[in-house]
Amino acid sequence: MAKKVFGRPKSLKDKIFHYCPGCGHSIAHRLIAEVIDELDIRGITIGVPPAGCAVLAYNYLDVDMIEAPHGRGPAMASGIKRTLPDRIVFSYQGDGDLAAIGIAESFHAANRGENISVIFINNAVYGMTGGQMAPTTILNQKTTTSPAGRHKILDGYPVKVSEFFSQLEGVTYIERCMVNSPTNINKTRKAIKKSFQCQMDGMGFSLVEILSPCPTNWKMNPIDSCKWIDEVMSKTFPPGVFKDNTASVKKAAEGAS
Amino acid sequence: MNKVLMSGNNIIGEAAIRAGCRFYAGYPITPQNELTEYMAEHMRNAEDGVFIQSESEIAAINMVAGASAAGARVMTSSSSPGISLKQEGISSMAACELPGIIVNIMRGGPGLGNIRPSQGDYFQATRGGGHGDYRTIVFAPATCQELADLTMDAFDLADKYRTPVMILADGMMGQMMEPVIFKKPKKRIYSDDFILKGAGNGKSKFIRGLLLDVIDEEEHNWKLARKYSVITKNEIRREEHQIEDAQLVIVAYGTAARIAKGAIKRLRENGMKVGLFRPITLWPFPELQLRALAANVKNFLVFEMSTGQMLDDVRLSLQGYAHIDFHGRPGGAVPTPAELANVVARLYEKVD
Amino acid sequence: MIIKTIFSGFGGQGVLMMGISLAHSAMNKGYHVTYLPAYGAEMRGGIANCTVAVADEEIASPVASEPDYLIAMNAPSLFTFQNKITSGGTIFLNSSIVKDRPNRPDVKVCTVPCVDIAQDLGNPRVANIIMMGVFIKKSGIVPDDIYLKSLETIMGSKKKGVAEINRKAFAAGFDYLKD
Ligand SMILES: Cc1ncc(C[n+]2csc(CCOP(=O)(O)OP(=O)(O)O)c2C)c(N)n1
Repeated sequence: MAKKVFGRPKSLKDKIFHYCPGCGHSIAHRLIAEVIDELDIRGITIGVPPAGCAVLAYNYLDVDMIEAPHGRGPAMASGIKRTLPDRIVFSYQGDGDLAAIGIAESFHAANRGENISVIFINNAVYGMTGGQMAPTTILNQKTTTSPAGRHKILDGYPVKVSEFFSQLEGVTYIERCMVNSPTNINKTRKAIKKSFQCQMDGMGFSLVEILSPCPTNWKMNPIDSCKWIDEVMSKTFPPGVFKDNTASVKKAAEGAS
Repeated sequence: MNKVLMSGNNIIGEAAIRAGCRFYAGYPITPQNELTEYMAEHMRNAEDGVFIQSESEIAAINMVAGASAAGARVMTSSSSPGISLKQEGISSMAACELPGIIVNIMRGGPGLGNIRPSQGDYFQATRGGGHGDYRTIVFAPATCQELADLTMDAFDLADKYRTPVMILADGMMGQMMEPVIFKKPKKRIYSDDFILKGAGNGKSKFIRGLLLDVIDEEEHNWKLARKYSVITKNEIRREEHQIEDAQLVIVAYGTAARIAKGAIKRLRENGMKVGLFRPITLWPFPELQLRALAANVKNFLVFEMSTGQMLDDVRLSLQGYAHIDFHGRPGGAVPTPAELANVVARLYEKVD
Repeated sequence: MIIKTIFSGFGGQGVLMMGISLAHSAMNKGYHVTYLPAYGAEMRGGIANCTVAVADEEIASPVASEPDYLIAMNAPSLFTFQNKITSGGTIFLNSSIVKDRPNRPDVKVCTVPCVDIAQDLGNPRVANIIMMGVFIKKSGIVPDDIYLKSLETIMGSKKKGVAEINRKAFAAGFDYLKD
């Protein structure tokens, strides 16, 4: 009998994504759904989509979800998790959402070591509002609000969320991945799984940063967008594991019991 | 003067720069992004112009407050959800008597709502919005030309009364293009006494909003109240359209007033004597002017793109002297003149 | 008089530019005009459209509940707007890619294979200007010389060849209707 090797994850609704061709959000959604299936946590997962292109994530992910006001996802997720500690709670955020308007909420949720997962889509622009400069826009990158290119003196530097958050003692696990090739997509799935597992094991705050193409606002075709991540964007945002305390946290917990 | 075709959002930006605005901070939100983008592009060409894309609307309003204290003509803009975030800062500017312009290109609400044109923020704009005993002057333009003129006037009034001024328009006004002529801006009149520049060798100054002494705070509140009553006396603006023989008067502002004019044209073609009363300042509200109409007109219809907010002010103004009906389309719906004409025609039948 | 026109097509077909060029030339002719684009994130990947009103008096609503003209550059535009057109109005159809025809017996239809004509001119991107040539001639809202001047202003006269190509494209459309 033939083995089914590819199909729609159970936790992904049978809907066509509204995302632009070549957008990384749809890949990230699919990966989250696959991980939820693999861990068999569909029934106990609560997601918090942001204001951003992913605001309609509840149309695709077949889990309970509540949309947060712009930037406030981690605060809302903290509230949900503290009320229902045995549920798996994740917030899904863009770079404007996490690193600009919601940096305070994100920073302090991480610093409190909230036992939640944050899926962070870094596409170097504000997608939904039409391609304005984001905190993660790289130097010299042109956007509609940095028409001459991002200037370090006028606009500051790209915010390296993974590097910066990994300094917080409350944080257990942080990895930066990319979704611009099959190999990288597999790595991203593993990271998301690890983040959810970290939460299931009660080990505290984790964040997966995903470098994600936005062909529409980068004004590139999808293939060039994937190349641009490799050749340009990942030079500012190198992929890798920035913090992983899961082993030591586990040991400490075993020692205590 | 040259007539140019521009979108409402761009017109506000251009008028502001011409009026001497040299500091703008904002955060992207639809349907006002073109204004932020206009400032990003054009502030760098204006002498001493500063554009900052802030990390949030809370940051934007506070940046603007700082620049205002430092003597710049300042503006920030957003749409409904972002204006909610600015309220703390607007309250603080009112308390500290800092001039500044806040543009709200309203969209459907509450919450994230949608991005369609709406008038759901009337209460927020006219009642102060943030905490404490204060008011902001609120302009409600209805054409692109008015957007240009009122933006310039807003800067003058903000300086004259040292108070934040809000321009309240909606997504349709922001997106729509119309021909516009930019008038010559007035020269800025604003005393150095109110500006912090560093004391140098002189006496230092401070600007504060916290007045722990009860009597001080009470006096500050009364001082603001006196200022607001002067504004109420001097700055009311409204338009009256075809009211001379009107049996029924529609009260509407902004986009809704445009639609009302279209409806009135249809109704008059069918022999129905209908007029329009359009508040241009929503605060101060043209209360006495509206009440004066009630001497001759006994039937009013309030028409808003909300469930009925300005309706309260119309009731307060007319004080029972006339009958008031209401028609509303909240949530981002923009009705057609034909729809409104049908509503009015049904009411008109009952007018005696 | 008040004339309302909806321009509609895929993003990238230049429909917003068509509307702006009409609005701009009508302004230069001395008319009152409004131009209203459909906006927002939900428009991405879908159809782009705009409404232009031209009048000899103040324009109340920039929205067209019963437009006089529809310029449909693709099939979804035809399906979306054909029922709004006022009785006796005209639909201009990009017949190079739209095979369907309106289901309204009370409106006139003007089919223009504007993509094919553009291809013949050696530049498929000017299909929208060709359509404008047909539209300006048939509607008579503004004289062709005023329109061409506006077109030049809007497109910018930076690139030299562009104005020339546009003028040719416009003429091809203008002459397409032999009446
Ligand atoms: C208070 C407030 N301000 C602004 C907005 C408008 N807004 C919606 S999404 C967004 C940012 C989108 O960028 P990002 O977070 O990077 O996510 P992306 O769309 O790129 O996935 C903004 C500014 C809002 N909804 N609420």
